[in-house]
Amino acid sequence: MRELMAEFRKSVTLPRPERPRRALTPDATAAESVQPRDPIRQPPGETVFRLQDVGLWYGTKHAISDISLDIPVNRVTALIGPSGCGKSSLLRCLNRMNDLIPTARVEGRVEYHGADIYDHSVDPVEVRRRIGMVFQKPNPFPKSIQDNVVFGAKVNGIEGDSGEIAEHALRQAALWDEVKNDLKMSGLDLSGGQQQRLCIARALAVQPDVILMDEPCSALDPIATLKIEDLIRELVKEYTIIIVTHNMQQAARVSDYTAFLLAQEHGLNGTLIEYGPTNEIFTQPREQRTEDYITGRFG
Amino acid sequence: MASESIRLRASGAVARRQLVSRVSRYFFLAATVLGVSILVFLGYDTIVSGASRLSLDFLTNYPSRFAEKAGLRPAVYGTFWLMLITVFSSIPVAIGTAIWIEEFAPRNRVLTIVKINLANLAGVPSIIYGILGLTIFVRFYGMDRSLLAGGFTLALMIIPMTVITSQEAIRQVPPSLRDGALALGATRWQAVRHNVLPNAMPGIITGTILAISRAVGETAALIMIGGFTFIRFDPGPNLADFADPAGFWAGLQESFTIIPIQIYAWTIDSRREFQANASAGIIVLMTGVMALNLLAALIRERFRRN
Repeated sequence: MRELMAEFRKSVTLPRPERPRRALTPDATAAESVQPRDPIRQPPGETVFRLQDVGLWYGTKHAISDISLDIPVNRVTALIGPSGCGKSSLLRCLNRMNDLIPTARVEGRVEYHGADIYDHSVDPVEVRRRIGMVFQKPNPFPKSIQDNVVFGAKVNGIEGDSGEIAEHALRQAALWDEVKNDLKMSGLDLSGGQQQRLCIARALAVQPDVILMDEPCSALDPIATLKIEDLIRELVKEYTIIIVTHNMQQAARVSDYTAFLLAQEHGLNGTLIEYGPTNEIFTQPREQRTEDYITGRFG
Repeated sequence: MASESIRLRASGAVARRQLVSRVSRYFFLAATVLGVSILVFLGYDTIVSGASRLSLDFLTNYPSRFAEKAGLRPAVYGTFWLMLITVFSSIPVAIGTAIWIEEFAPRNRVLTIVKINLANLAGVPSIIYGILGLTIFVRFYGMDRSLLAGGFTLALMIIPMTVITSQEAIRQVPPSLRDGALALGATRWQAVRHNVLPNAMPGIITGTILAISRAVGETAALIMIGGFTFIRFDPGPNLADFADPAGFWAGLQESFTIIPIQIYAWTIDSRREFQANASAGIIVLMTGVMALNLLAALIRERFRRN
């Protein structure tokens, strides 16, 4: 049976199309020189991250292969794709959270403002305090709201009055008005949406440059989701945000750039299918598979 | 259309399965009753034979040739100091080991071997620890048959158990808390110190108290070490020694006896009247152990509510 399936797959797999070598410098002239139908359109202008042929292995399991991607500064970049396509794994490569999985191994280069974050001399703690992260499930610490917000600042030795740090971050996260009288209350007593904004506030208090969000709304109701989305649009004026989402409408609503990944492609796991400005991806995708996915034909 | 009535009474296979289920219930009830009734009977028997000896004098008298004058005083002191030494020498090692295994150790074969060995060590008969303590502390380090040697021996004995329960407690802390802290730029130690340990503490404390309550009743290992049964002084530092480090240190090197050894000595005494002393000693020891277990339960409940 298994052989039959393999045969079948072989017969339906198309030969891998030759893709023109992409220019890695996304300045205007280079962008023009790229073939107009290239599904990978690196953004022009300043970038925060530059991924070059990034691959990720969990032991012998290949999770991501050959992803090259530029993440623009002060924009929201969405990573979309079906479950298991490696979008969360890719996100966790960007702040070295994959280091915590003993068997994980990263290939290629992940440049952050020009520096390879996987270089031997790089300390993951330095990386993580610049690149904050919000998780899928809100994970406030079982401490007071104030202690939650101040925790990151404290462990990073950021000077200042705890009250001011907390107030500033909670205002940024649009949570201040709801909790200003209950700062001593446990973070766990907040609603799910408030907890997630608390986690965003906690990340902001560390004064990061980038915020990674791993399906931040998947555990939230639509109203709480909307609040987080508004907040993302507000925060992107000051921060670079990369968001993994299952929700196509959410990607369309909040992101400026969208990367579409697929789990299985030409025998490779977790590959980048299409990347470009969100409105183009959603209105005129260049790849049939992108169109199929965003119109809900699979995934 | 005529509706056919459905039979919903148990029949055939369902009836058989239900029968097995009902019978099994009585079997399990019988097992429980058997265990509990033996325990109740033992408790009752002990109280009946020992209650007459229970008094304040019994706790404050030294051993004696006369059963009605003999008391637990040196044994109570010995037990107290022994436990103190055991706790302070085992807990840092045990918790440290658990943290290393769960938070820092590379996941490789060496670690697997260490873990398996810990589980095995927790099951080693206590007399083996007694022999080990005799060899290492009493002979090799020349501590003689002292409180220190006894305390360290018991520490060796409860470390594997405490490590395992502490590991369990640390593993119960949701990984999302650790990840959350690390994602904020905390170092591994900061995440452990501020997020893992505070949440693992109730479990660690409970496990430690239960290990101590096992150590309190330990006899075999300490007979091996040489916990004397007939001493007429208070083992361990006196009140005056607290101001004097040298005296305190000397106190810890005194020979000792403990409650279970005293009970054992009274039990094997050929004179009938000493059996009552043994029973009274058991009541004292059981009360202590039960108080410790109650404390563990209270701590667990308290933290669970927070």
